[in-house]
Amino acid sequence: MALDFSPVWQGWQALAAGTLITVEVTAASLGLGCILGLLVGVGRLSPQRRLVYGICTAYLTFIRGTPLLVQLFLLFFGLPQFGILLPAFLCGVLGLGIYSGAYVSEIVRGSIQSIDKGQMEAARSLGMSYRMAMLKVILPQAFVRMIPPLGNEFIALIKNSALVSLLTIGDVMHEGEKIISVSYRSLEVYLAIAFIYLVLTSTTTLILRRVEQSLRANGRV
Amino acid sequence: MTPLIVEVKGLGKSFGAQRVLQGIDFKVEQSQVVVIIGPSGSGKSTFLRCLNGLETAEEGSIRICGHAVLENGRIIDDAKLNQVRTDVGMVFQSFNLFPHLTVLGNVTIGPRKLRGLSAGDAEAAARKLLDKVGLAHKADAYPATLSGGQKQRVAIARALAMEPQVMLFDEPTSALDPELVGEVLQVMQALAGEGMTMLIVTHEMGFARDVADTVVVMDQGGIIEMGAPAQIFSAPREARTRSFLQAVLAKEPSA
Repeated sequence: MALDFSPVWQGWQALAAGTLITVEVTAASLGLGCILGLLVGVGRLSPQRRLVYGICTAYLTFIRGTPLLVQLFLLFFGLPQFGILLPAFLCGVLGLGIYSGAYVSEIVRGSIQSIDKGQMEAARSLGMSYRMAMLKVILPQAFVRMIPPLGNEFIALIKNSALVSLLTIGDVMHEGEKIISVSYRSLEVYLAIAFIYLVLTSTTTLILRRVEQSLRANGRV
Repeated sequence: MTPLIVEVKGLGKSFGAQRVLQGIDFKVEQSQVVVIIGPSGSGKSTFLRCLNGLETAEEGSIRICGHAVLENGRIIDDAKLNQVRTDVGMVFQSFNLFPHLTVLGNVTIGPRKLRGLSAGDAEAAARKLLDKVGLAHKADAYPATLSGGQKQRVAIARALAMEPQVMLFDEPTSALDPELVGEVLQVMQALAGEGMTMLIVTHEMGFARDVADTVVVMDQGGIIEMGAPAQIFSAPREARTRSFLQAVLAKEPSA
């Protein structure tokens, strides 16, 4: 049986539009994930603040211990029972962002803990508060160390974003399936979708590598 | 009477079951240079780190530069401690320069963020200090490109930039290659000559003898003897001081 990619060519506009949605969903949830991850990661570093620590740990345990698909369905199909009807796109971004925030927080925490404790001592000895030392001394150094593991997390997020197609969001996966439903060319369309994801993830890898190299070249690590 | 910069009464601290400081009483007057010596594990560094609250002690009281740090075994709150620390310079064995900032950035960050100096004023003051420690030409370098001796001199400049009333040195030359020790000691000696109040934990006996006003000998968490360097080095009263000095001086042929 010969491969026939003509449905892919014919549907390129839909696929391109879907790719754009995929990028948008990923970028937005990435932003949310980084903000959440930073807050939770720093929050779990101060065990003396028991409430903050407890909330952060509970969040982490739930998010990492349950399937992303279930979390997305809770937001999309579960919340409406309480009259909270969020747009699909927002559900996708919230779900992915909250999910990746858990993993980012562990990256943040690990990078902060990898900074020599003499740095905090030196900053505190000058008279800086814990918060100022964290912002001016620790985080700028930890940030550089976060980039390689964050890159992996970004890539995981791009791939996981395919799940939002199940929330009626018109991402590249969703558009592809629409093409399949009329053309029955599953293999060709899924190959095309796989290729599109590959391009997105490879580009991300490349960009992050550049960023890391330039930071290292400046002697900042 | 010269004002007291450091006043310690009954300072006690334990790590679990082990008592690392056992009821230390201690005073430092303005412009005094006090060198603390003693075998490793005697509590010298812990004692020094208690003075600016990097370590918390459970017993006794500490007053430094007119502020209470520890009152009857209770450390003051964090915000007040930050205030105290702006008056107390600290230099570490491992330098702890901020690697993401230039030399100039390291020296200006404290004055800019904590003393409210403008970038221009902080920079002018920093350049003077860097000149003083002989590193004006390294202002724009990153710490990674400096030698150990240069790093420690920058660390001294960074502490001085806060215009502290007292400087604490925690084994400032112990991490240095032998040929780099001299340049750091020279800077410290010059500082002592300017009347800076200094507390120095060190193994450099030559420096203790030449620069210190008072030498404090610690062992097993307590001060076993203190006095002028001439007395400590030539006529130590305590047997433990004698055996410690014999052990260290045996390694220093020039002594």
